[in-house]
Amino acid sequence: MIGRRLPSVGAGDRVTGRVQYADDLRFPGMLHAKILRSPHPHARIQGIRTERALALAGVHAVITGSDMPNRYGILPWTQDEYPLAVDKVRYVGDAVAAVAAVTERIAAEAARFIEVEWEVLPFVLEPEAALAPGAIRIHDDKEGNLTKHVHLEFGDVESELAASDIVVDGDYHFEGTTHAALEPHCAIGKWETDGTLTVISTTQVPHYLHRELSRVLEIPTDRVRVIQPPLGGAFGGKSEPFDLEFCAAKLSMITGRPVKILYTREEVFYAHRGRHPMRMSYRLGATKDGRLTGCDARVVADGGAYSSFGLVTTYYSGQLVTAPLALRAYRFDSKRVYTNKPACGPKRGHGSVQPRFAFEVTLDKLATSLNIDPIDLRRRNLLAVGDRTINGFLLRSNGFAECLDRVETTSGWREKHRRLPRGQGIGMAGSFYISGTNYPIYPNNMPQSAVQIKADRSGRVTVFSGASEIGQGVNTMLAMVAAEELGVELAAIRVVTGDTDLTPVDLGAYSSRVTMMAGNACRKAAQSVAERVRTAMARRWETSLQEVVLADGRATCAGRTDRDVSMAEAFALTEAELGSLGGIGHYHSPSDGHGSYRGATIGASPSYSFTAQVAQVRVDLETGMPTVEKIWIAHDCGKALNPTIVEGQIEGSAYMGFAEALFEAQLFHDSGLHKGPSLLDYKIPTALDCPDLAALIVEAGDSEGPYGAKEVGEGPLHPSIPAIANAIHDATGIRIDSLPFSAARILRLLRENAVSH
Amino acid sequence: MKLTTAPLTVTLRVNGDDVTASPDPHRTLLELLRYDLGLTGTKQGCDVGDCGACTVLLDGAPVLSCLVLAADLDGAKVETVESLAAGPELSPLQGAFVDRGAAQCGFCTPGMLMTATALLRVSPTAPREQVAAAIAGNLCRCTGYVKIIDAIEAARDALSAEDSDTPPSAASAGRPGDSSNDTAKICKGGARS
Repeated sequence: MIGRRLPSVGAGDRVTGRVQYADDLRFPGMLHAKILRSPHPHARIQGIRTERALALAGVHAVITGSDMPNRYGILPWTQDEYPLAVDKVRYVGDAVAAVAAVTERIAAEAARFIEVEWEVLPFVLEPEAALAPGAIRIHDDKEGNLTKHVHLEFGDVESELAASDIVVDGDYHFEGTTHAALEPHCAIGKWETDGTLTVISTTQVPHYLHRELSRVLEIPTDRVRVIQPPLGGAFGGKSEPFDLEFCAAKLSMITGRPVKILYTREEVFYAHRGRHPMRMSYRLGATKDGRLTGCDARVVADGGAYSSFGLVTTYYSGQLVTAPLALRAYRFDSKRVYTNKPACGPKRGHGSVQPRFAFEVTLDKLATSLNIDPIDLRRRNLLAVGDRTINGFLLRSNGFAECLDRVETTSGWREKHRRLPRGQGIGMAGSFYISGTNYPIYPNNMPQSAVQIKADRSGRVTVFSGASEIGQGVNTMLAMVAAEELGVELAAIRVVTGDTDLTPVDLGAYSSRVTMMAGNACRKAAQSVAERVRTAMARRWETSLQEVVLADGRATCAGRTDRDVSMAEAFALTEAELGSLGGIGHYHSPSDGHGSYRGATIGASPSYSFTAQVAQVRVDLETGMPTVEKIWIAHDCGKALNPTIVEGQIEGSAYMGFAEALFEAQLFHDSGLHKGPSLLDYKIPTALDCPDLAALIVEAGDSEGPYGAKEVGEGPLHPSIPAIANAIHDATGIRIDSLPFSAARILRLLRENAVSH
Repeated sequence: MKLTTAPLTVTLRVNGDDVTASPDPHRTLLELLRYDLGLTGTKQGCDVGDCGACTVLLDGAPVLSCLVLAADLDGAKVETVESLAAGPELSPLQGAFVDRGAAQCGFCTPGMLMTATALLRVSPTAPREQVAAAIAGNLCRCTGYVKIIDAIEAARDALSAEDSDTPPSAASAGRPGDSSNDTAKICKGGARS
């Protein structure tokens, strides 16, 4: 079962249009709601009059900030948002009021009838200006607009740099990007007749949403149910509570009717929580034979109007560049700053994609200066299994060396690097990433994931897990793990996920944690069911438990052809022998894989994936137009539980990195208005734009992972961007240190390069 | 010009069934399908014709149903993703999407399948480049398009293998030619960069 290329669970429903996403659900009497949003980047609300909106035929309720005066936020330490603005708005698009009506169209019309009296305030859009002395305060209780500042040093960086044979430095700018999942956010609030609240939402964190709904709406957690239907993509963009979930719930509580809110595509761009724009400065030293010495990094991240996951982002921006290569000393200073723009948050490769770009380009500069092949430079600095990174992360497995070998061979690196004609080039980069975080978002000692399995005389096995299917294949992973342990075919397994009333807690689909955590929990639950079945059968067959084999849908006894029953019979016999048949399993992450300094746990993971990539590009020297022809991606996922799905994650990650490298940017006018909140203006690549993607699976099994498995959903994105930048250098001789790598930017650099030579 | 407030009634054929509707003048085909007919397989990703998720076939050609007014469809023939499977059997294209892992989150899948269905009807031997060009108006955010194009090619090969099992005259009969004009019609969008 494990390692087979099986079709993913639910694929049949996806190709027939039968799968029901949140917006496909309708309920009798359901109302539709719209949210009125701020036209100002920063303004105080002097008063709101809702009478005219309420008077419109078909309108059932209007709510404003005073209806939900409790603050929320995904991290318990930085809750700085209201479902609807109380007192102030902080970006163009901030939610002000919500209207429920019999149709979406009437709700939208009614929202225009809400009268808001504004005191327009000065605003600030750039982090440097927001940090300047005397800058306006975006949050009245936060002077200086600094949302988080982390400064950590490991070893003596200045001594190491001073003693180095060479030090290269660089300033980098990563423009912000957004997730642009094809499915817009949608939520349905349903106040039930038994006095409980159900919220159906496009969330990838039902458990955290459950907690926040309870707190903000002041309803005990046992009266709140969150249902998460299959998601039409998320990529981190649905990993915290949003205004629409609170508003749909509150409007349902007021009207007693189900209320649906569906974001427009424009609203999705304003909801954002995408990749932070970052300005980064790096100094990296080495000996003349290419041993890395010290690294000094400074990062300023533009956080937008609210904290979101920003505390974690700030740590990740420094903590997650310390492998796969060994450093003798490392220091980073990261600041996240409030500005009057939509809040940034976690996008695939949270916090670490930007510094990975800067670090890997700096490494390439080092390789050029030392005249060492970039792959060889990395080979001279490898960390080994059992090593700790300079900031204390324990590496229980490490397939990076093999990743390097694979991309070097398959790409024809030796024949191409520094050997292709001008205008063509090849570049490479490497990275690592977490397989979940060692600690949950709110401190507690409960398991990170739990799974229950029920089986009965029908032969059917049902897996209950709070994990979130967002398109990444969670349901398939759970079904395959259960099928492997119980010796049944995939078709015998039903998976129930994402319903806080029906499933045990899983913390959500973020930080690439699900296979590691829900996978381990499911494996233990299935093993406990299998053990019960084997115990019962051993008793029935008067043999030892070890003699009973569960495989190929049958229970058998080794060496006894007369002892062979179908799994349905085995389950029935187990029910008769032992009572009902079920099992539970849970996963606690280890607490030994990190240091003990303040912040040591942030970025610490049970295990780490590794990636190496080679990108081949062509640059039109007349126009600057770059074309990425092919990317080879070797990714160490520990064990590919389903290679087809693993390849899909590798390809999708590399595609998204490529997209950010060449096309994407979340940009704003000087007024704070988004420059193009549509899928036409925000350019995401079409099938004609995409390079060939060669996904190469490397399996350096990890002792923590189920069957050795580690993450694959986010890691393979990281090296795409620097590999392309380094390939552009190989093709043209220019160093491109700002994103995206547009034709205009490349052409300007080509001209500057020509002048300087 | 004579103005009237009387509701307009249209009769169209949706997935083989005759449907009579009196849509508001601003009702789109997408809204008609999803809200009035309960055919929620067709997805709304942007509502302004940018993403391709709402692609359906109108008289055999792929269109963005969010940009088509329902009131304009009297006598039209509409095909949606719900029509692709023949009874309980998936179409070869649907089967290839399942086998090849081409539907990750599945949200672009219905539109992608409709565009590809139209492509393979008019260009049953479409090479890889033409497949990529045909689906360039359908955005996917999960796959990088690799497995989608692989799946369409697999379905193309399976279909032409089926055809080659039958006498050549029968295989070519009743199928539109593979001319560049036919291809142009179904190649929506294009590279937008």
